[in-house]
Amino acid sequence: MDRIPILKMGPFLLVTIQIDLYDRLALDLEEDLVRMVEKTSAKGVLIDISAVTIVDSFMGRILGNIASMSRLLDAQTVVVGMQPAVAITLVELGLPLNGVSTALDVEKGMALLQSKMIFDEEEEQEEDDTAAN
Amino acid sequence: MLVNITSILKNKRTEILELWMKNQLSNPGLADDLISNQDLRSQSADFVNALVNNLNENNIDNPNSSDFDHVIEILGGISISRARQGFSPRETGFFILSLKESFLEILNQEISDVKDLFTQSLRLSRLMDNFTILTFETFIKGREEVIMRQTDEITDISTPVIKVWDGILALPIIGTLDSARTQVVMENLLQEIVITGSSIAILDISGVPTVDSLVAQHLLKAVSATRLMGAECIISGIRPEIAQTIVHLGIDLSQIITKATLASALQYAFKSLRLEVKRSATDNKLFNKTQY
Repeated sequence: MDRIPILKMGPFLLVTIQIDLYDRLALDLEEDLVRMVEKTSAKGVLIDISAVTIVDSFMGRILGNIASMSRLLDAQTVVVGMQPAVAITLVELGLPLNGVSTALDVEKGMALLQSKMIFDEEEEQEEDDTAAN
Repeated sequence: MLVNITSILKNKRTEILELWMKNQLSNPGLADDLISNQDLRSQSADFVNALVNNLNENNIDNPNSSDFDHVIEILGGISISRARQGFSPRETGFFILSLKESFLEILNQEISDVKDLFTQSLRLSRLMDNFTILTFETFIKGREEVIMRQTDEITDISTPVIKVWDGILALPIIGTLDSARTQVVMENLLQEIVITGSSIAILDISGVPTVDSLVAQHLLKAVSATRLMGAECIISGIRPEIAQTIVHLGIDLSQIITKATLASALQYAFKSLRLEVKRSATDNKLFNKTQY
């Protein structure tokens, strides 16, 4: 049975979807990814959907779900490389994925995740400082 | 006995052409600036010859006969080219109606029996009327093609995507935004984002005359789609009247970065890309540079 590989890159998880997602596969991915986030205590999830050409409301919902679940486990989700047609379809379906961060390509997505992590660290630092004072 | 109408027309084709030319040229509405006398004559001659050659006693009552295919082809060509050249419908109609007049005049000279003349004239009239209708159909079709082409051109021209800086795209929208145009604008913009790898897009709506809830919804869609692609979208060029309308209509644009002018949008874009615009150190240096 097909599984989408989840790669660990430092504190982040990288998922590249190379085939068009069907429902079962998407559900499996959701489950695997959440387990993986828990297991590796990853700080960020990068999902590359540049090869996905067809999208439906289910797929849109799964992406939103993954983001919400990861956030519960303290990981940021960034979706990268969305095709114009896919973006238009999602908007027309009324799924603007408001909770999900996006970037143009994997490189920019990584930079975004990194900047978010630095931001989080700074915040923690500030909290520590205020606690110490 | 019935007179052979087709043989009359065949024998008299030169007279018919002359008469037709005279009729056409005597029309005060003739647009002689659009077509030269010579072109008109050759067009007319082509048509008369094709019609007279293909006409016989059997098909004169049947304008749909395949014998007339060639005639219809010539007529359609003339009609469409006239539509493109900008002839008025009256001029185009007169072209074919004056031929009918010439035909009837010839028949009047050739047939002495009144009853016979009437029957034959009626048959020929019917045929020519059919051609007239056909002329108009093709004329209007030609006009519509011109309009369609212009519409396409306007759509293409009015949605340019400009790369103003490395990573910054600007899209000035001019004219009313309807669903079809939003689609084109959105597709162009997203395509350009992919090609240039830009992370900021500025939608400038200074050229949009009115913003109603539908237009605002289209704008929101474009912004959402841009965001999904991983780029940021700024809306600029919001005039005071438009700001008033938006608030009065209760449209919520608070999720979107809006700026009053393209300049301030560009400034914001520079800032978020951590770019700075600086005046060069001294005027003196600049002057020295320009001298070389």
